[in-house]
Amino acid sequence: MKSKEKSCENTLKVSFESLSRNESLARSLASAFMTQLDPTVSELADMKCAVSEAVTNCTVHAYKNTVGTVYMTMKAYSDRSVRIEIRDKGCGIDNIEEAMQPLFTTDPDGERSGMGFTVMENFTDGVRVISRRGKGTKVTLTKKLSSLRSDT
Amino acid sequence: MEFKSADAYFSQSRGVLKCTIRGEIDHHSAKSIREEIDKRLRDESPSELVIDMGGVTFMDSSGLGVVLGRYQKAREYGIGFSVPRTAPAVKRMFDMAGLERIIKYGEENSNTEKTERRG
Ligand SMILES: Nc1ncnc2c1ncn2[C@@H]1O[C@H](COP(=O)(O)OP(=O)(O)O)[C@@H](O)[C@H]1O
Ligand SMILES: [Mg+2]
Repeated sequence: MKSKEKSCENTLKVSFESLSRNESLARSLASAFMTQLDPTVSELADMKCAVSEAVTNCTVHAYKNTVGTVYMTMKAYSDRSVRIEIRDKGCGIDNIEEAMQPLFTTDPDGERSGMGFTVMENFTDGVRVISRRGKGTKVTLTKKLSSLRSDT
Repeated sequence: MEFKSADAYFSQSRGVLKCTIRGEIDHHSAKSIREEIDKRLRDESPSELVIDMGGVTFMDSSGLGVVLGRYQKAREYGIGFSVPRTAPAVKRMFDMAGLERIIKYGEENSNTEKTERRG
């Protein structure tokens, strides 16, 4: 590889209502978008799981007791990395560091395990969270896919 | 409109309530799975709850909530609890969460009888 510059080669933006049945739809969309990069089965499974966590958090926490819009932007880069941004205009997170601790949950009654962010961190190469109380939250998941086996 | 991405099947023999979950366990599907198992526990008063997760094709942390919640319920009722089979999607989540310290679980193809644990 000559240059370290990476360029964005494709973008897909979708928005949908924060209904729980859209969690599987969001995973399927992420999976369909990633297919063009020819990921391994486990890379695909990892990203689907991370997306499921982030989208579920919009349904369960951001728009608790209401329905709002979830915005998902997917980008594929020339260096075989994928970036998926999941954004809501919900309640926001007061203390991001605390929220990202394993087992931390503000909803134990709903049988949340508090492992959502831990899953995202374990199954991707980067999780970035930006949030403002009352404004919303943006979670950016990045994954670098392994290089393609050359058939020549 | 009812959309289900996972199904729970039940059988009971000699006091052992077995629940077989197939499909995708996420926050959406977790709700009905949880409710169905809890109803059976109440109505059928089994002496043991066994959850077979060998046919699960996807699971996120919502599935951990389902399993840990049922484990708690089993303890409250004072009955046995185990997950003899876990599909790869389940096992990696259990391993990551360190569940082996709390719950007996097997691999994808292990069978019910083979649940020997280190003391
Ligand atoms: N999009 C969001 N909007 C508001 N709060 C959030 C959001 N995502 C996560 N949180 C907060 O962070 C906590 C931890 O999230 P997570 O690790 O996914 O665990 P869980 O969903 O099981 O509670 C949540 O309990 C919630 O308080
Ligand atoms: Mg969560």
